[in-house]
Amino acid sequence: MGALVVQDPGLLATVQDAGRFGWQRFGVVVAGAMDLFALRAANALVGNGADGAAIEFTFTGGRYEVEGGPVRVAVTGGAFAVSVDGRPVAPWRSFTLRPGEVLAIGPAPDSLRGCLAVAGGFDIPPVLGSRSTHVRSGIGGWQGRALRSGDRLPLLPAAAGGELELPPSALPAAPDRLRLVLGPQDGHFGEEAIAALTGGSYQVTADADRMGYRLSGPALTHLGGDNIVSDGIALGSVQVPASGQPIVLLADRQPTGGYPKIATIITPDIGALARVGPGASIAFTVIGLAEAHAIRRAWDAALAGVPDLLRPALGAGNLYDSERLLSLDLIGGPIPD
Amino acid sequence: MTAGAYDEPRFLPAGDAALTVELGDSVDPVVNRRVLEFDRRVRELDIPGIVESVPTYRSLFVQYDPGRTGFAALVDRLRPLVPAGDVPATGRRWVFPVCYGGEFGVDLDFVAEARGLSPDQVIALHLAAEYRVYMIGFAPGFAYMGGLPPALHTPRRASPRLRIPANSVAIGGIQAGITSIPVPSGWHLLGRTPAEMFDLARGDDAFLLAPGDLVRFERIDADTFARLEAGGGTIARQAG
Repeated sequence: MGALVVQDPGLLATVQDAGRFGWQRFGVVVAGAMDLFALRAANALVGNGADGAAIEFTFTGGRYEVEGGPVRVAVTGGAFAVSVDGRPVAPWRSFTLRPGEVLAIGPAPDSLRGCLAVAGGFDIPPVLGSRSTHVRSGIGGWQGRALRSGDRLPLLPAAAGGELELPPSALPAAPDRLRLVLGPQDGHFGEEAIAALTGGSYQVTADADRMGYRLSGPALTHLGGDNIVSDGIALGSVQVPASGQPIVLLADRQPTGGYPKIATIITPDIGALARVGPGASIAFTVIGLAEAHAIRRAWDAALAGVPDLLRPALGAGNLYDSERLLSLDLIGGPIPD
Repeated sequence: MTAGAYDEPRFLPAGDAALTVELGDSVDPVVNRRVLEFDRRVRELDIPGIVESVPTYRSLFVQYDPGRTGFAALVDRLRPLVPAGDVPATGRRWVFPVCYGGEFGVDLDFVAEARGLSPDQVIALHLAAEYRVYMIGFAPGFAYMGGLPPALHTPRRASPRLRIPANSVAIGGIQAGITSIPVPSGWHLLGRTPAEMFDLARGDDAFLLAPGDLVRFERIDADTFARLEAGGGTIARQAG
């Protein structure tokens, strides 16, 4: 049986799918990929379904090998410096990785996080309905933890398929301002706080991970106390502790919490936040719920339509294109497999 | 009407895929019973577009698929399901064996000293009370319980411990709890139960406690703890 072998997981690599829903009532974190478009695209490029699991990596993707036969893989999420045995391969496309070759994923200028999908997917049992990893509680993914060098992830059999690419026009455009819907506890803040939230810009602090991003910028003042009786927390929730400095809660958010939540970033804009890290400057704008739903439905349709946009991969990145052939020593002997 | 309960439920948007229905603004058993009954009715109807619901102390969080429903449509479906008045308690009753003090409850002596009691008095007070699970949160299966006798109310540690063991019977402020996995915590550890609060091998019953459940404790010694733990199986009893 085939396997993906981790030579180097990079800064943080975890197995993630679209998240673990239905168990928040028991305190189980949803988790899932931070950038759902990147996950969807990676799965589609290797012929996996929308519910497939991929490796989400951070900053650099590290190095991987395959065992047991060639397999199609794809790296998405940004313009990552992907190479196979040192030969560059384009991101946002699938290509074949062969036993003995080393896939290396370096940093991207435009994204902190990316996804690596493998055709067929990982032969990892779902836990509570999902293969997503939540490291803090040790649930799901590969042994409930981040990947380590030497891990050998078994692969499920893959259907045959060609090497595909996502046209650049299909890539998500980064919004200038992240869009917010006010609530659920905007009533705990005055108009000044809402004006401060949308008027200035915020920096992502060093305290930024899959659970949430602590921001630094104009302080948001509570009208009353800074504690509420703990209640449910949505993806993208902007909670405001006593300091007045907001915290955006993301994939690994805890299901309940006790700070007032002034607003919620809409789901389609979460990926843009996931792609930036500490030091990034972000700004917000408030939209109405009807507009948020219209944007969300269009985004859902775009995600569902990703497989239809794929086209056969051509040009740089194809391991059998002219670049690769030129890189081989054609005079010295037969073309190696 | 109970203190802390709103006259009318508040339907609050939580982004494009969730809403919060607040029934009150305080930790109150009457409000919480209404939340749990509301949750039960919502789940029973299996309303199209609802992904999951999360009952908390005083509100119901509803995750939905905006491709299948909308905020106004959901409010129309949910509003008639909010219980009007008090509702009877429906939770299961549990008895958990606990070994107090020593390595099982390293903060027993601290709590006794802080409250001006002997360790045995702390144990007697803790054993005499019945606790109610308000909600599960913080960590998978961690039960937030009310009912801690006022004589045992103890502020949390100024500096949380980085890791306390699973199945610890603990108190923090006015609340009582049982941990389900090793977690960082500022709560005080009184003892430990040999019952596994969280075990994925149990499938849909991975979590022992659910909101609304009632919990009592019974004291066991270290030998009994070891015997029960080694024996495995269902150690916590459901009673009455």
